[in-house]
Amino acid sequence: MPGSDSTAHRSKSRRPKYSQFSQQELPAFKLILTPGYVISTFIVVGLIFVPIGLISLFASETVVEIVDQYDNECIPKDFRDNKVEFIKNKQTNKSCTRTFTVPKQMKSPIFIYYQLENFYQNHRRYVKSRSDKQLQSKKNAAHIRECKPMGETDNKDPIIPCGLIAWSLFNDTYGFSVKGKDLKVNKRDIAWGSDKNYKFGADVFPKNFQVGDVGGKSLNSSIPLSEQEDLIVWMRTAALSTFRKLYGKIEDDLQANDVITVVVENNYNTYDFKGTKSLVLSTTSWIGGKNDFLGVTFITIGGICLFLAITFILLYVIKPRPLGDPSYLSWNRNSTPTPGR
Amino acid sequence: MKRYIYINDDETSQDLYCANRLSNRKYTLMNFLPKNLWEQFSRFMNQYFLLIACLQLWSLITPVNPASTWGPLIFIFAVSATKEAWDDYNRYLSDKKANEKEVWVVKQGIKKLIQSQDIRVGNIVWLRENDEVPCDLVLIGTSDPQGVCYVETAALDGETDLKTRLIPAACMGMDFELLHKIKGVIECPGPDKDIRRFDGNLRLLPPFIDNDVCPLTIKNTILQSCYLRNTEWACGVAVYTGNETKLGMTRGIPEPKLTAVDAMIDKLTGAIFVFQIVVVIVLGTAGNVWKDTEARKQWYVLYPQEFPWYELLVIPLRFELLCSIMIPISIKVSLDLVKSLYAKFIDWDYEMIDPETDTPSHATNTAISEDLAQVEYILTDKTGTLTENRMIFRRCCIGGIFYGNETGDALKDVGLLNAITSGSPDVIRFLTVMAVCNTVIPAKSKAGAILYKAQSQDEEALVHAAAQLHMVLVNKNASILEIKFNGSVLQYEILETLEFTSDRKRMSVVVKDCHSGNISLLSKGADEAILPYAHAGQQTRTFVEAVEQYSQLGLRTLCLAWREVEEDEYQEWSLMFKEASSTLIDREWRIAEVCQRLEHDLKVLGVTAIEDRLQDGVPETIETLRKAGINFWMLTGDKQNTAIQIALSCNFISPEPKGQLLSIDGKTEDEVCRSLERVLLTMRITTSEPKDVAFVVDGWALEIALKHYRKAFTELAILSRTAICCRVTPSQKAQLVELLKSCDYRTLAIGDGGNDVRMIQKADIGVGISGREGLQAARAADYSIGKFRFLKRLILVHGRYSYNRTAFLSQYSFYKSLLICFIQIFFSFISGLSGTSLFNSVSLMAYNVFYTSIPVLVSTIDKDLSEGTVMQHPQILFYCQAGRLLNPSTFAGWFGRSLFHAIVAFVISIHVYAYEKSEMEEVSMVALSGCIWLQAFVVALETK
Repeated sequence: MPGSDSTAHRSKSRRPKYSQFSQQELPAFKLILTPGYVISTFIVVGLIFVPIGLISLFASETVVEIVDQYDNECIPKDFRDNKVEFIKNKQTNKSCTRTFTVPKQMKSPIFIYYQLENFYQNHRRYVKSRSDKQLQSKKNAAHIRECKPMGETDNKDPIIPCGLIAWSLFNDTYGFSVKGKDLKVNKRDIAWGSDKNYKFGADVFPKNFQVGDVGGKSLNSSIPLSEQEDLIVWMRTAALSTFRKLYGKIEDDLQANDVITVVVENNYNTYDFKGTKSLVLSTTSWIGGKNDFLGVTFITIGGICLFLAITFILLYVIKPRPLGDPSYLSWNRNSTPTPGR
Repeated sequence: MKRYIYINDDETSQDLYCANRLSNRKYTLMNFLPKNLWEQFSRFMNQYFLLIACLQLWSLITPVNPASTWGPLIFIFAVSATKEAWDDYNRYLSDKKANEKEVWVVKQGIKKLIQSQDIRVGNIVWLRENDEVPCDLVLIGTSDPQGVCYVETAALDGETDLKTRLIPAACMGMDFELLHKIKGVIECPGPDKDIRRFDGNLRLLPPFIDNDVCPLTIKNTILQSCYLRNTEWACGVAVYTGNETKLGMTRGIPEPKLTAVDAMIDKLTGAIFVFQIVVVIVLGTAGNVWKDTEARKQWYVLYPQEFPWYELLVIPLRFELLCSIMIPISIKVSLDLVKSLYAKFIDWDYEMIDPETDTPSHATNTAISEDLAQVEYILTDKTGTLTENRMIFRRCCIGGIFYGNETGDALKDVGLLNAITSGSPDVIRFLTVMAVCNTVIPAKSKAGAILYKAQSQDEEALVHAAAQLHMVLVNKNASILEIKFNGSVLQYEILETLEFTSDRKRMSVVVKDCHSGNISLLSKGADEAILPYAHAGQQTRTFVEAVEQYSQLGLRTLCLAWREVEEDEYQEWSLMFKEASSTLIDREWRIAEVCQRLEHDLKVLGVTAIEDRLQDGVPETIETLRKAGINFWMLTGDKQNTAIQIALSCNFISPEPKGQLLSIDGKTEDEVCRSLERVLLTMRITTSEPKDVAFVVDGWALEIALKHYRKAFTELAILSRTAICCRVTPSQKAQLVELLKSCDYRTLAIGDGGNDVRMIQKADIGVGISGREGLQAARAADYSIGKFRFLKRLILVHGRYSYNRTAFLSQYSFYKSLLICFIQIFFSFISGLSGTSLFNSVSLMAYNVFYTSIPVLVSTIDKDLSEGTVMQHPQILFYCQAGRLLNPSTFAGWFGRSLFHAIVAFVISIHVYAYEKSEMEEVSMVALSGCIWLQAFVVALETK
């Protein structure tokens, strides 16, 4: 027919362009979970995880850690009933001496931490009360909007560094000595390099700090914030209510059975909220500090995988089932139950 | 509200009606922003997000930067506003093009070229061949001496054949010059959207002597957007202009359909919202208690002793904001995006292109693809949907003699050919009715062959058959019709045409033999519309038998009849008819009543049988879809027997031993009631047996059943997997759809003709077959396909994939939001219930957008099973139908999964740093990457 030719030609253009995408024919890899695949995946995962777990557990075991909780012991006996008053009283002598022995040899660097418990650095009111802008540069001194309720003094002068976090800076100090010889505590390079270089300005000096409502440690107003490493460490808020913060490093090795004497200036008030304070000395390994959790988790998961693999193998051997048996489909099962199954 | 239009009067009607300025714009430059925003904010989800975003502006309670909500919110609004603006701009451009088109209009008696937008009601508009009609016109003159012109109405109703339009009797014979000066009044109803009706009157004013009221019908109009064809020129009076034209009134945005999946997602969103409120109340109260008992002791927090009244609200509101991410803001955008992709996949599908016309399938409604997989009932039209709608004249019975029974083709039946050559009066009469009693327009092609343009396939078949039997319809000029029979030319003057309506089910013409001057009435129609009106003496038994026999074979039957009409009788009746034709109220009904007065005492000539072949692949499609658990109902205007026959031949119902067909019939309420009860009883008994039970009901009984025994009928509908409803009207089709919908079934209606439009619009999903009966159904439908067999692919492949993908995507969206939200909640337990956010704004936003929303869009090309597998095992669709992939229990599964994953991620991330240096930033990063890995793993696992 002459007519059909022209219509076919005219409407050819209505045909959409062919592509694998438009026809939904893109090549695809389809993983079918055959028993073989499943079992081998589980075995492989198990075989990888268990050794990793063992290695990290071993690494964690090599770390030597000394923890000494001193908040209760450092209160004189007379004040045990009224700790809060003791800590708030400016007249009382807050020094106390703690001793402990090194269980194993500790290779330098030995990290000194203070550990606080039941201290909510992650409380919303607390965590938000800081001004990153102000910390960064001198020209943002007046940037104290976020710092409420510790943004300015009663005279409306901006506090630098402002905010609750800086205000509540930890102020216990430790002096270490072994066999009567003072151990040098290195307090440099305990904060992150990026914090020192970028987040805390070298031209920002403390001002009006700890004037009215005295909270924690006061700062030397002639040292720029980028050098105040205790503050920088403290300002990195902890995620948990129990946390450790780096105090300094001891760059000498300690031998086993060495007796360490620590003179603690017990200034910080954790007694109000029944928090604890501890001093921690710890070495490190490649895995970091002492932490068994990772190793245990790896071993557990690897174990479960291996267990499942074995179970599946047994199932497969005892009661095999052909792959893709249509008689298991619901509509086949209902109408024609296959005999023997 | 009536209109009085003064023709060619520049003063009176100048400002009464709107100018011919098309405006499809929804917005103007000024109101775009407020109107669009208002529309967007009328949705609940958007209101919710706006509230959250506003709360975030209060820095005391916001856990994150407000930008993390405002950003996406503004983005989403910007995207939909841009889309709207772009669409509107395009509408503006096309309006402008139409408005500035130049047309010839008579102004102050002079023909002038003006812009289309300056046409006023009452102006006379001149059109030339192939011009587009700028507004609705009442024809007053054409180049044709008979006052006929031809228009193509494809843009209006989708029908591609030419339609004849006639100038009203009063304007007949006016010459070119006179048409410039014509004055008169047109009385017509106010603008409406019925493109098949125009009931007006025309009265010409002096000096035009014809002072009679002349009725105007749709036949005398040419409507906006039609094209003038085969006519040198035509002119008409503008009656409706601008947005008040018939086309302008039909325009409108159809109600958006909501899919079952959407409804489920809304429900689940609601559940999550409730959960969120509960969490907020619990945590908020606990937070306040903790604050009063514990936080006051934490000196470093420095809680004031006195606080403002709203302090109690602060912590709950903080938690509200913290939990607001539970309801993912991205879900709507992602879903809209993937849904439009599903629709595109349908448009692109090579396997759903009609091989004959090369027409691809098309998804007009892009939002409801998932519903295709959840269809439970398919209501299908018969003619043109199951069958090809290509009518071929096969058999006939003239005066009790059957022709074509042996050969299966009456055109080759020697008996019939002999009867024609011998000039048997009955046979000649029969052929005359076949050739004359119709609305077919013969047109000569350039080669000289005669082409018939018909609106009805049956008529075309009859005229073709008559032509092959030497009774050739040669020419039709306004009222004179020429027939060539055996070399001689017969002329008939058509006095009146009593048109076909679906209520009357017959059509007649009153013709005057130009040779003898005898007037006769020629009728054709359905058997029950003709046989009862046979004159008293005639035996109609043989015809009833013939109809019976033919419909047993699945053929469509028409009865032909005639009678002579006396001159006086005609004159008397003609007056009544004229009066009825010019009424403005209930015209159709009045005309039907008047027609009745002439159509009686008919001499039945015989019965024609026309074959309508089944489309390719119909039985297989029905069988496959039935295996997929979909029930079929056939709704047809055809006779019961024909319908049953077709139903048998396309696997719709099974023959006796395997299946059983129950029939509901009766003419009175009691009969229908009894019959209904009986069928119901049998149904109840046989439901346990593996037997295909179907019921068949006709339009009359259905009417009664729906009116008085709705409850019983509903029960029947639930029990029965198959039904045949014959002789039903378009509105009954729609009622049946409503009935099934009211039983909470998902319905799909498929049809091809104008009579299916209502059912298609009513159903949850409307599918139109872009077939031979024009594109009306396809336009109204959500999906248009070329052939019935594509339905299989549409449902099993596209519907199923869409459902699976949406089910995954929506639940996954909630999963990933809940995952991060649970971590926030857990963290709040260790941060003194103060509503601290573990994650910062950037991480949250990056997580929601880059890590989760965008990569998961890959799932739109995910296939769980190959297309072949699904087609082979249609039972797989049960899963989708029952909504097994997206329901409260699967959602609970996803909820549990997110809870579990959150616990794992949280526990691990706080413990790997045990005691040492658990800084917030580090923990948050570890937790975030944990979440990202987990959700990536989930995506990899869930997509196949």
